[in-house]
Amino acid sequence: MTSSSQTAAPAGGRGADLLRVRSARSVSELVIRAALFAAAAISVVTTVLIVVSLLKETLSFFGDVSLVDYLTGGKWTPQLAGDQASFGVLPLVAGTMYITGIAMIVAVPLGLLSAIYLAEYAPVRVRRVVKPVLEILAGVPTIVFGFFALTFLTPDILRPLFGPEVSQSNQLAAGLLVGLLVLPTIASIAEDALTSVPESLREGAFGLGASRLTTSLRVVMPAALSGVIAAVVLGTSRAIGETLVILLAGGSGQLLPSTVGSPTEDSGSMAAFIASTATGDAATGSIAYETIFAVGFTLFVICLVLNLVSIRLVSRYRQVYE
Amino acid sequence: MSTPAQMAAKAAQQTTVIPRRDPADARKERSFAFLMYAALAVAGISLAALVFQFVSDGAGALSWNLLTNFPSKVSPETSGVKSALYGTIYLMLLTAVFVIPVGIGTAIYLEEYADRRRWFNRLIEVNIQNLASVPSVVYGLLGLAFIVRGPFSLGRTLLAGAITLGLLVLPVVIIVAREAIRAVPSSIRDGSLALGATKWQTIWKQVLPGSMAGIATGVILALSRAIGETAPLIVIGAAVSPRFLPDGINSEFTALPIQIFAFSKDNDPQFIQLASATIIVLMVLLLAMNSVAIYLRNRFEQKW
Repeated sequence: MTSSSQTAAPAGGRGADLLRVRSARSVSELVIRAALFAAAAISVVTTVLIVVSLLKETLSFFGDVSLVDYLTGGKWTPQLAGDQASFGVLPLVAGTMYITGIAMIVAVPLGLLSAIYLAEYAPVRVRRVVKPVLEILAGVPTIVFGFFALTFLTPDILRPLFGPEVSQSNQLAAGLLVGLLVLPTIASIAEDALTSVPESLREGAFGLGASRLTTSLRVVMPAALSGVIAAVVLGTSRAIGETLVILLAGGSGQLLPSTVGSPTEDSGSMAAFIASTATGDAATGSIAYETIFAVGFTLFVICLVLNLVSIRLVSRYRQVYE
Repeated sequence: MSTPAQMAAKAAQQTTVIPRRDPADARKERSFAFLMYAALAVAGISLAALVFQFVSDGAGALSWNLLTNFPSKVSPETSGVKSALYGTIYLMLLTAVFVIPVGIGTAIYLEEYADRRRWFNRLIEVNIQNLASVPSVVYGLLGLAFIVRGPFSLGRTLLAGAITLGLLVLPVVIIVAREAIRAVPSSIRDGSLALGATKWQTIWKQVLPGSMAGIATGVILALSRAIGETAPLIVIGAAVSPRFLPDGINSEFTALPIQIFAFSKDNDPQFIQLASATIIVLMVLLLAMNSVAIYLRNRFEQKW
């Protein structure tokens, strides 16, 4: 690469020239290295900015509302004026957990059974078709799921089943669709974990006379446990943070009573509340503006804790094969 | 009674006998198979119903007018999604300009330069993992507080939207690009370095071309995630049904998911139908991008 400069150099100054070329090269190498480091640092800066932007408004929110009232209050009515306004986040958290719970009841068994089928039972040809389809489904925008719940599931399935008192926005529809939404993600990641278990383990189990069922559930599943846990936790945290399905089909969470109603009533969630309140209009410094950041910070902390737990679990149950 | 030879033969016979399947075992096996097929059927039918519903509902409203007319809040017959379609395409291009250099740069740094014994390099890695699990609506809050208002104060512009979406999908690009770079065998690097190339020359001329297919796939997947995102754009305040096209990066904008959201909140069934049709437009765009990704993966994948 440096041959042209070397041959062009006069014979006497050759050594010095080589040295000079080398140092110019190492300077540019250093510059490139620094630029790459700067790119990598952007992700850290992003986290810092997220925390700072959330904390700043959250702290001034807690200047107006006591932390105890926020964490233990059972009434969420930030929209009301004056004394009527109540900032107990519990109903919002309960709504989120309720919908996430319904979602996981749907997504975990269906996702894991699909993953076991694809990894352990399905013929190669089936897997080659289903796997990319799963990946495409995992990328379908969430608003499509919300739209389906709003325009089909509630009016055409839930109302005929449970009667007209089913609210247009209801937790059941939102939960079912969030479940369907995270199903491909869980199935796809769990399948990756199951297929990465070495073949020799299965052969060993078969050699000992184990059936395919025993092999799948007692040998492959435990060996892939860390990946399967990661899949479920990732699905859960996606469900908790899911916004559009709940905003369209579950309720916006702007006014919540102290009791969380039946699944056929609307409730809303933390994420849906943020999106329904922060439509770009809330004035900086207003209590409505601060509220969305306080709820956002709560949501951020819940997802962070979940992710850290997942990292711990994954490293505890990780089995290393050659 | 029997000679040792007979006993040995008998023993051999016993060990080669295949044990009879326990009928209870077979029953369990059958019911598990039933469970699996039922799960697959429920998942498959629901997801198929989801696709069928918007396709059958929206197909009737598909026309060129949908793509070439501006949205209307009063007359569904003449309402289109022109501003949203342009907005989405501009957003995608701007996001690409941001995430391609930053995402690939980060991946190269982490794979080729970073010393994992240094705490800040480990911090970067854990941090990217955490960022990937932050809900998208929280990125919207970041965009609102820092980019639309606050220090950057860009307003509700195309640029603000693209930066917000770029930060959101950056972890996806980094994670996929790292895998692609890691797949390039170290013998390639050793060979290049042995021939006198510098580290950067090795990366630029050997590692990047060798991992291009994987990196391109990651970028396309990240961009297709970006254009399907609704929540962060709602939070930063994207315009609802504007009747103008963005005329630069500092212009207000809207995007297809926002338009779908606006249509689907209407009570008029004709607007609901428009929402279905707009979903078809968005899904066609996403499928096209996915097909390009699959093509790139198959066409340029390196076998080492």
